[in-house]
Amino acid sequence: MDKKVLPVIEFKNVGLSFDNNTILKNVSFEIEAGQFYTLLGPSGSGKSTILNLISGQLSADAGEILFDGKVINNIPAESRRVNTVFQNYALFPNMTVFDNVAFGPKLKKLPKDTIKAKVREMLALVKLEAFENRAIQELSGGQKQRVAIARALANEPDVLLLDEPLSALDYKLRKQMQSELRAIQKRLGITFIFVTHDQEEALAMSDWIFIMNDGKIQQNGTPVDIYDEPINHFVADFIGESNIVNGVMKQDYLVNFVGKDFENLDAGMRPNEAVEVVLRPEDLDLVPIEQGKLVVTIADQSFRGDFYEITAIDDDGNEWKVQATNPSSVGARVGLDFGPEDIHVMRFNESEDDFDARIESYEGE
Amino acid sequence: MKDNSRAKIFFAIPYISWLAVFVIVPIGLLIYQSLTNVQGSFTLANFHEFITSNVYLPMAFNSVFYALIITLITFMISFPAAYVLSHLKHRQLWLMLIILPTWINVLLKTYAFLGLLSKSGIINQLFSTFGLGTHNLLFNHVSFIFVAVYLELPFMLLPIYNSINEIDPDILKASRDLGAKPINTLSQLVFPLSINGIKSGIQAVFIPSLSLFMLTTLIGGNKVMTLGSAIELHFIVTQNWHMGSTIAIILILAMAVTMYFTRERGKRK
Repeated sequence: MDKKVLPVIEFKNVGLSFDNNTILKNVSFEIEAGQFYTLLGPSGSGKSTILNLISGQLSADAGEILFDGKVINNIPAESRRVNTVFQNYALFPNMTVFDNVAFGPKLKKLPKDTIKAKVREMLALVKLEAFENRAIQELSGGQKQRVAIARALANEPDVLLLDEPLSALDYKLRKQMQSELRAIQKRLGITFIFVTHDQEEALAMSDWIFIMNDGKIQQNGTPVDIYDEPINHFVADFIGESNIVNGVMKQDYLVNFVGKDFENLDAGMRPNEAVEVVLRPEDLDLVPIEQGKLVVTIADQSFRGDFYEITAIDDDGNEWKVQATNPSSVGARVGLDFGPEDIHVMRFNESEDDFDARIESYEGE
Repeated sequence: MKDNSRAKIFFAIPYISWLAVFVIVPIGLLIYQSLTNVQGSFTLANFHEFITSNVYLPMAFNSVFYALIITLITFMISFPAAYVLSHLKHRQLWLMLIILPTWINVLLKTYAFLGLLSKSGIINQLFSTFGLGTHNLLFNHVSFIFVAVYLELPFMLLPIYNSINEIDPDILKASRDLGAKPINTLSQLVFPLSINGIKSGIQAVFIPSLSLFMLTTLIGGNKVMTLGSAIELHFIVTQNWHMGSTIAIILILAMAVTMYFTRERGKRK
């Protein structure tokens, strides 16, 4: 199904440290052309560093960075075929909207008419046709964001880097820009690499997500893969809401936690291996006691608009977060139900390669 | 509200009194002196003499000419220096080293240069050890400009440094990202974005340079006559306060013109 395409960007064992602080440890990955990638992680996880290494604002201590199959470690930023949309927009305050967008094409010494056409095309793409002659100071946050995108795209980069570009916008504008960015990426067909710490944003926009923590890629995959099969505690906790408990994998397809055995869909581990078990709050159902797999007491309930967030405590004292469409009542004793497919088992310290191989071994059948 | 505005007036009293006694009244006296003659009657003769005699106009030209040269040289040194400084790691320390000499009295620094540049000074000693002989380094145009530039440099450098330092580093990153070489970034972003600092620097250097008089005597050896030296001459030597005041008023007008052309236009955030 996947014929091997040459990756547009490749990192081979890239490392970087500042004053004895390791920022990136031995990072390797490949980026294919034409996809929407997201680097997702908490602040300080190294995601912006990767962006700066691709754009050339930083240079790596170790390893190789390849662009279209060629090592670019020593190519200066101004000569790389990537452009960046900065978090605080970084627009040039001494220039109009037109001159901001024309900055790159003018440096390339393109003919005047070509530049004009290019700028108009880009401003149309971000729906700012009428703003050509505005000063930057006259624009709203959302408009500045659009100019920044147009300016970066006017240089016709092969890869567009976006460094938390939406974090300064309010919720509604952000949602709108998310879908517009996605639409622009699809229309131009170029590679987007988007950095964010917002997991919801990452899940909504990306073809492929890299989850970063501690200078390492923790897991990469499609949004659905990562959500459904988190590799470790960090990923499970960072992506979405999770209930994480300790358990023991008794044998293939049978896991024990909170003192009971449950059927599940995981395999390929040592018999009686200690594991962590993840159950997503939206996969848990509150049912009458006799129908539940566990008996719990409702401890807290809060209305979240489209659902109720309920905290329930089982008889062993474990807390369970549940998302329910119907309200319950605090203090009530109810049953907690979930199916074998809702139980996700994670091994301790499993590498991504081992994880992929193990999943392949029993899902490939 | 009323109490508030009363309090404001109260706190402004020291400043307003200072302004009145040391700025407004002296300027008023200067104007009065410049418009009167020795007999005390009103006349425009002083101004007439300034324009028609062939003494003062060349002096005025000299003043402007030397002030321009001094300003230009300090700018050419300060702008690149400020740019480099804003990228240094220990910039607070470097900045300190630049500010430090301004705390020392100007006269002291001038005397230090007399010692350095004199016939038996350290520089001539160096020259003669290398077999280059001794030279007259003092009392000429070059030494006057050199020392003036040295004294004025921090006043040009600091405002430029401040305005360069205020430029968002991401703007410079973005410029590079879009394909700009350092020279493009410098001419299209750093220079226009620090223009207000440059203007303040020009004000801070050009205006005082118009009326330099001590340096012209001590370092320039009176080879350079500026309006500053003429004022000194009239007040101290010839005791013609009326002509001295006239020159002072013309200098003040020249300063006002300079201020007008280097004012900040269009406040940018």
